[in-house]
Amino acid sequence: MIQVILKRLLMLIPVLIGITLIGFMLLQVMPGDPASRAMGTRASPEELAAMRRLWGLDQPLWVQYLYFLRDCVTGSFGVSIFHKVPVIALVAERLPFTLGIVAYSTLIALVVALPFAILAALKRGTAVDGAIRQVFVALIAMPPFWLCYVLILWLALGQGWFPTGGVGQGVVQNIYRLFLPALVVGLSTAALIQQSLRAALIDTLKADYVDTARAKGLTGAQVFLRHVLPNSLISTISIIGVRVSWIIGGTVVVEKIFSVPGLGSLLIDAIVARDLPVIRGLTVFFAILVVIVNLITDICYALADPRVRLE
Amino acid sequence: MSLLSIRDLRTEFTTPAGIVRAVDGVGFDVAPGEIFGIVGESGCGKSATCRSILRLFGGAPARVAGGQILLDGVGDLAAMPERAMARVRGRDVAFIFQDPLTALNPTMRIGRQIAEVIVRHRKIGRAEARAAALDLLRDVQVTSPERRLDAYPHELSGGLRQRVVIAMALALSPRLIIADEPTTALDVTVQDQILRLLRARRDSAGTAIILITHDLGVVSQVCDRVAVMYAGRIVETGPVREVLDRPAHPYTRALIAALPGQAARDADLTPIEGSPPGLIAPPPGCRFAPRCRLARPDCALGAPPALRARTPGHLDACILSEVPDVLA
Repeated sequence: MIQVILKRLLMLIPVLIGITLIGFMLLQVMPGDPASRAMGTRASPEELAAMRRLWGLDQPLWVQYLYFLRDCVTGSFGVSIFHKVPVIALVAERLPFTLGIVAYSTLIALVVALPFAILAALKRGTAVDGAIRQVFVALIAMPPFWLCYVLILWLALGQGWFPTGGVGQGVVQNIYRLFLPALVVGLSTAALIQQSLRAALIDTLKADYVDTARAKGLTGAQVFLRHVLPNSLISTISIIGVRVSWIIGGTVVVEKIFSVPGLGSLLIDAIVARDLPVIRGLTVFFAILVVIVNLITDICYALADPRVRLE
Repeated sequence: MSLLSIRDLRTEFTTPAGIVRAVDGVGFDVAPGEIFGIVGESGCGKSATCRSILRLFGGAPARVAGGQILLDGVGDLAAMPERAMARVRGRDVAFIFQDPLTALNPTMRIGRQIAEVIVRHRKIGRAEARAAALDLLRDVQVTSPERRLDAYPHELSGGLRQRVVIAMALALSPRLIIADEPTTALDVTVQDQILRLLRARRDSAGTAIILITHDLGVVSQVCDRVAVMYAGRIVETGPVREVLDRPAHPYTRALIAALPGQAARDADLTPIEGSPPGLIAPPPGCRFAPRCRLARPDCALGAPPALRARTPGHLDACILSEVPDVLA
């Protein structure tokens, strides 16, 4: 197991070299001059030239790329032109909020999806199943930005139960303050989980080994909890894995609306400011996270299903 | 006194096309320690009959619509609430499913799956149940049983898995085991071992067995009595030697004639023309009449003919007083 994990991590190196190359090249195509963005419109040509020299923007492309590689290897991922601090420091500041939203929203998704998936599967084909399906399809169809504003208007401004945005100090306060953004992200995850888990449950309920379990004299609840649910949940693991990869960089809108200083909003700010080192550094960092999440997903899968082996 | 006595059993499946009467007035008795075979083509209702006994329909929209399933000392299983039924399953009556590849939970270790049935019905600790599971694996002649306890089903061969399924069925020494085509999914050598295992259990513990199969060879090898089913009804029943050597019903004869014989090759194989009727609206009268070479006009009239005895203990449902021996 450990060996397989190490091997998978080693295989990450060529992937990352490819990603640095693509990320670097794409940014060269992007219009806009980082120096003039950083200095403002009133900077003189001499000042701009000095700025370019300072950040290495006057060097040939391949030299710039090698500098970038050096920064990745040394772990700083470059220095932000705008913030003037290493990219890794910016990431470290914001990563906890992003991971917080990942964990929090996944928890909410499971709490919401599990009972409704079970109910829908047990009542499949009935009006109850149909009604649940309609609600969850609506959840998938709902644009997150719209849901954000509805929740802010209703629960934050209307009822005054939650703040309209921002983060606080410490875990407890953030569990409260991050509830609405985590809810928005979690509800669409819940919709995905509910649909796949319902299908998996219906499949498993027909499985021969469920009849075997009933033939042993187990009660309906015992059969369900020991045989049906665990085997059905295996397919949910990969859904959560895919969702987590997406949430890490893809929750920009929610982070912006709720003023959560996460990685998504850091990336958007960097793009707007043409802060090349931050964009590049984040690209590589996201790639690393996605690969790690995939590895964790595969490990969980192998642990949950003895037929699956890590390779 | 019979152990199991089924009277006028009716089982229905609700399908989009209508109600399928898969079992339509089936009755038979199984004595203690008897191996009772049920044979017939696919879809004749043999499996549905046996699944009705423990009400295990694999999530299919089926229900026992009528009749009695009297288990000696327990009562009418057909009228029993689910809760009481759960106490009968595994303890008084055990079930062996057809495909050992899918009958075991893929994510649970063998030992736990066997122990589960013991823990369910007896007040017993985890370690004791595990020891009992080990003994059961030995009983069904699993090689190196200690190692298998912690194995997952996919790590075992088909024959070993069927032994594990049988071990679970034997766990509480039930009085009746229902085996639904227990050897169909296995290759011939393993088939033989499994049948011997079941028969040895009957000989040593007096366990009655209902054996469902489409293989007349299996029937003649292990069964004491047999029932031949066609289109949801029993058409002939009696002691195995009687039924196989002197079949009375034209369907039984056709079935035996359709077997590859020992003497000649092609000449012996007589296929039955046509296919079984649909069970949503079965034909009137004898259900085999449309395919029967001996059918007369009055065969296809009224209710399906009832079973009656030509010789004591050997019953058939053909209305002809003398069945001409043209097929055998």
